[in-house]
Amino acid sequence: MTVPLADPYLLPMAALLTAIGVTEIYRLGPAGNAFRQGLWVVIGVGAFSATLFWLQSDYRVLERYKYVFGVTALCLLFLPRLPVIGEPINGARLWVHVGSLQFQPGELGKIALIVFLAAYLRERREVLAQGRLKDWGPLLVIWGAAMLLLFVTNDLGSALLYYAIFLAMLYIATARVAFVAAALGLFLVGSFAVAQGTPHVRERVTNWLSPWSTHTVFCPANGKMMLRQSCQSYQEVNSLYSLGHGGFGGTGLGHGIFTGANGQQVIPDLNTDFIYSALAQELGLIGAAALLLLYMAFVLRGFRIALAATDGFSKLLAAGLSFGFAFQTFVIVGGITRIIPLTGITLPFVSYGGSSVVANFLLVAGLLLISHRANRQEAGA
Amino acid sequence: MNKQLLHVSVAALVLLAALIVSTTYWQTWAVGDLADKQDNSIQLVSRLTVDRGQILAGGTVLATNRRHRKHGLTIFTRRYPAGDLASQVVGYATEAGTTTGLEQTLDDYLTGANTNLTNTFKEELRKLGGQTVHGDNVILTLRPAVQRLALQELAGRCGAVVALDAKTGAVLAMASSPTYNANVALQPRGIARIGRIKGTCGDASALYNNATQGLYPPGSTFKMVTAAAALDSGAYTPSSPFNDPGYCVEYGQHVSNAGNPDQNGPEAFGNVTLEQGFEHSINSVFCNVGKHIGGLEILKYAKRFGFYSLPPLDTPPNASNPSGLYKNGRLWDPKNNSQIDSGRLAFGQFSMLATPLQMALVAATIADRGMEPKPYLVQKIVAADGSTVAKTAPQMLGRVIKPQTAAELNQMMQLVVQAGTGTTAQIPGVPVAGKTGTAELGLGTIYDAWFVCFAPANNPRFVVAVVVEKQPNGFGASVSAPIAKAILEKLLGR
Repeated sequence: MTVPLADPYLLPMAALLTAIGVTEIYRLGPAGNAFRQGLWVVIGVGAFSATLFWLQSDYRVLERYKYVFGVTALCLLFLPRLPVIGEPINGARLWVHVGSLQFQPGELGKIALIVFLAAYLRERREVLAQGRLKDWGPLLVIWGAAMLLLFVTNDLGSALLYYAIFLAMLYIATARVAFVAAALGLFLVGSFAVAQGTPHVRERVTNWLSPWSTHTVFCPANGKMMLRQSCQSYQEVNSLYSLGHGGFGGTGLGHGIFTGANGQQVIPDLNTDFIYSALAQELGLIGAAALLLLYMAFVLRGFRIALAATDGFSKLLAAGLSFGFAFQTFVIVGGITRIIPLTGITLPFVSYGGSSVVANFLLVAGLLLISHRANRQEAGA
Repeated sequence: MNKQLLHVSVAALVLLAALIVSTTYWQTWAVGDLADKQDNSIQLVSRLTVDRGQILAGGTVLATNRRHRKHGLTIFTRRYPAGDLASQVVGYATEAGTTTGLEQTLDDYLTGANTNLTNTFKEELRKLGGQTVHGDNVILTLRPAVQRLALQELAGRCGAVVALDAKTGAVLAMASSPTYNANVALQPRGIARIGRIKGTCGDASALYNNATQGLYPPGSTFKMVTAAAALDSGAYTPSSPFNDPGYCVEYGQHVSNAGNPDQNGPEAFGNVTLEQGFEHSINSVFCNVGKHIGGLEILKYAKRFGFYSLPPLDTPPNASNPSGLYKNGRLWDPKNNSQIDSGRLAFGQFSMLATPLQMALVAATIADRGMEPKPYLVQKIVAADGSTVAKTAPQMLGRVIKPQTAAELNQMMQLVVQAGTGTTAQIPGVPVAGKTGTAELGLGTIYDAWFVCFAPANNPRFVVAVVVEKQPNGFGASVSAPIAKAILEKLLGR
């Protein structure tokens, strides 16, 4: 172990979440998926070990390369928009294809963005806190970027996630509630405008507010008049049916119903975006609540590390990583349970998907490095 | 910086806690709503994988399952071995999840979803073990042989037969004609095929339970209610005198008695008592009773018998209709006597409509000395392991008329069968109490023929109500009383 003083709870929790994910992916099948996910876990652990090994002496060298991370983050976020390699799935452009390899660069972009923001905000926090008009520049740039992202990739969830991470970190760095309020207002205005202008986003909002229609509406998928729950909001509604069927105690692992009477899978994307619906049906409210408590415990440990850290960069980095982790969980599970409009994003550690697994193991590596350093300083002092 | 960190960490935890709250909502509060959605294919598959309980009556299986393997799932679909025997009562449960009749009201028991704590726990363990969920079996009070006889006697004519256990209210037969084979309802376009069954009356629906939904003018059988009001209110005694000129004067016009089959023109009996008026079903006598005590008084007693409300039966509420006055197709409850043609109401015409079950309950009340029994179809519910889940204890709905009134009515109804209009229902050695009804439909000599009776009259065990719709020259005595007699003989084991 290269980080002997690191937080002892994070890695077991990450392992448990990963195990739950692989188990459910294996259960949902086909068997190849679980094998591939297992391979990605191996790659993720490899990346995790490499990160620990390279950065064990002092991860704060990353601060020096903040603009590299910033540019990398932007590139990764806009990569799926590029022709040839970018591919739209479900109306949102999130995926990149290279040969037969498929990954979501946004997951790694998220980590890079947090590193950049931690370094940038640590450096500028005093200046930003004075709140002069010209210092609003970076804030407006990020807001513009998030809006652009939302507009060009139609990906409400990621835009919301990045913006929330940015806001949380900005608030920690500057302690200015006014910034948060202003930024929140700007986001609402901006996303309302985008929702008006983009049919895809507007549809998501309609599906969120009234997923069940009593009369038929136009279904763009086949051009017919259908009930909304049979067309646009099909996924949302069937995912809720899955939750409802699980009820309090669940059907038991392996006994959930995911196939209709016609032999077709009821919920598309069950092992990625909707793995929570599958788990909630099979494990019931008891299992789903336990899973969410596990996420809460993970986030709690993450923020403890941020509190224990002694320097601004470490604090911001740990807080950013923890908050990003929490908010990503909120975006997908909140979407499934109709707190917010549904938008496809992975459930950390559990969803099927290589880029997500690798990114989350890097996130754990970061938190472990920070906690190791903080604990070493405490022990040394 | 640490203060802000705390704020953000609290915000993050609140967001995650909100997820637990919302998940709880969908997995507890909303479960029923979600399960009821028409497009819920998960619920549909889940229903099909349950080994739905059987519905039995006597030794006869009315509903059972067929087991299939489909797309890797073991699914169960319904089968009705008794075919058309009690289709309107049992109903059907389709693969698409539509249920009617007892299949609808007893769905929770049949699917094992009824919430009994020990039961739920056992079923939950079975589910987690991946075993098939077995629903509870339902045992009905119906007697298949009597039910079969009732259908044979109706012989495809539109109408209904209801037979009750006079002491308990248990429904022993509830036959509706025309009937349908419940297995057809499960087939594609089966409901449309059943819809084409019209019966001899031309406008029947086989899906309709005539015994509880069929609204017929009760004709002279309603005189049981009028007589109950007349005697129980103290306005009359069985020996109260009347003079019958063959008609009664209503709003200045003659309302004639029913035509005499043996003579031309209406019958005229001259000086009679109320008892004789009942025995010979003299309209003018009851017309005068009605005018004297008033329509509202008659309706008050009708309501005590259960008119104007749905009978408390195990079938779905939408498979029953309340009896009462109807106006423009809707139940009508007049507020004063001037709105009612009290004379015509008294002998069951005007706009009075009643279901066969309601008329059977009137007779059962008279048989039970003025107490009305609660009708029921479900004898008991038995879990798949043989343990009893629920058992129906016979109940009384309450007192409707005084024991004295009931005894007088019982006597009058016996006279009907002994020497009055209902002699065709006589059973040698068994005193039968009954009342005929031949309801005018405004279709000339086409009538709805009624007979309502119970036997043995001195110690009533069985109540039978029969209605046969739209019979050309068909009188209660000639068409329905022989059917009632046959049913009673079967019930009495003769």
